[in-house]
Amino acid sequence: MNAWHAIRTIAKRELVSYFTSPVAYVFLVIFLLLTGFLTFTAGAFFERGEASLGAFFGWHPWVYLVLVPAAGMRLWSEERRSGTLELLLTMPVTAWQAILGKFLASWAFLAIALALTFPVVVTANVLGDPDNGTILAGYLGSLLLAGAYLAISCMTSAMTRNQVVAFILSVVICLFLILAGFNPVTDLLVRWASPAFVDTVAAFSVVTHFDGFQKGVVDTRDLFFFLSVIGFSLFATGVVLRNR
Amino acid sequence: MRPRESLPQAQMIRIENLVKAFGAKRAVDGVSFAVERGEVLGFLGPNGAGKSTTMRMITGFFPPTSGRVTVGGHDVAEAPLQTKRLIGYLPEAAPSYQDMTVQGFLSFAAELRGLDGDARKKAVGRAVERCFLGSVLHQSIDTLSKGYKHRTCLAQALIHDPEVLILDEPTDGLDPNQKHEVRNLIRELGKTKAIIFSTHILEEVDAACTRAIIIDRGRIVASGTPDELGRPLDEVFRRLTLPDTVKSR
Repeated sequence: MNAWHAIRTIAKRELVSYFTSPVAYVFLVIFLLLTGFLTFTAGAFFERGEASLGAFFGWHPWVYLVLVPAAGMRLWSEERRSGTLELLLTMPVTAWQAILGKFLASWAFLAIALALTFPVVVTANVLGDPDNGTILAGYLGSLLLAGAYLAISCMTSAMTRNQVVAFILSVVICLFLILAGFNPVTDLLVRWASPAFVDTVAAFSVVTHFDGFQKGVVDTRDLFFFLSVIGFSLFATGVVLRNR
Repeated sequence: MRPRESLPQAQMIRIENLVKAFGAKRAVDGVSFAVERGEVLGFLGPNGAGKSTTMRMITGFFPPTSGRVTVGGHDVAEAPLQTKRLIGYLPEAAPSYQDMTVQGFLSFAAELRGLDGDARKKAVGRAVERCFLGSVLHQSIDTLSKGYKHRTCLAQALIHDPEVLILDEPTDGLDPNQKHEVRNLIRELGKTKAIIFSTHILEEVDAACTRAIIIDRGRIVASGTPDELGRPLDEVFRRLTLPDTVKSR
């Protein structure tokens, strides 16, 4: 059996399990309500007088901060708690295939949630003439951002059999990744640290790297940043699972 | 039947000097034995004696601290995928994905074992029949009674008709009728496979095993056919092993 077949089998089971429990529906409803509220009410979508999704994407690092760890916290801790981890890892699959399969399934689920925000795009196009290339770049950036948070949740989920602990740990790590480049925080930092230091810290922030995508710029450095966060976190997941 | 020519030597499972240490405690301390095709090895011992830990090292869930395990001629540490393909494993708590139906779960296990299309359907059908799961096929696993849950996990272990079966307390939590059925199944399967099953129910040794090993505090304290171990078995067992109330002191 080849590697891709194993990954696909595991991913399929994982994705189906989202939809056989109420988790998926609760998640989708809350995600759509929250992004809708933040975009149109708090983000002043209509009052801005411009046809862009800035009011929409700007909230994503914060919305994902809570929702992505909620979607990812059960990935491995549930397997550990129920003992199915033993079943899965004694099947003829490698730990890598299992990690990748489960990650891709949850990422696909988040992609579905993101795709369901299409009415925002339709609204902007009906009311004005937005740059749809910029919007597409924004969606790509948002998907990568969700993937980075998810990979971190994967890692914390592998550390414990307790979903709440996994959730809190990954929120804290993701919050750090936001705050390192969040303007109010960096403005504070420059008062007592050198600008070079502040820039170095900000380089670790998802906000810094997500900014470009929102402006319609797909920079390879930003792509590389998100993909390396995902790669590193999944690698760490493998290490944690091996040393369980 | 599968061709046997590929493995002229009958030793399907071979364990040499296996050690597993958790910190300072040696859960398994220098265990060696071999199981041939056509043998059912009963793995006896009090709780915490190292039975499950040994089985987890054979199935590749834990790496051993030292020592070697080969299954079907392949080293578990060097060729884990090959050995895992040969093994069907029922873990101690008989875990399964609670949100799936019995059919969905067995189908998933068959797919992970590389069975597709018609072969998968047949494999699921045969496992369902062997484990008497026909009546709950489309039920979600979390709605099943303990006995059914247990047999669902057992069916998963049998799905690919493996050469080697590792069953950790396969009769735990079953009612007397179910226990009887599972013992018969093990005896039947044991004619063509190499089986290790652990238990702390001594009558099962007579009912299903061709050979038994008694393990205590990580070491083998007795080995042989049920007759060789001596009668009555429970007296032999008590003489050879310490109750865990003694150990905790």
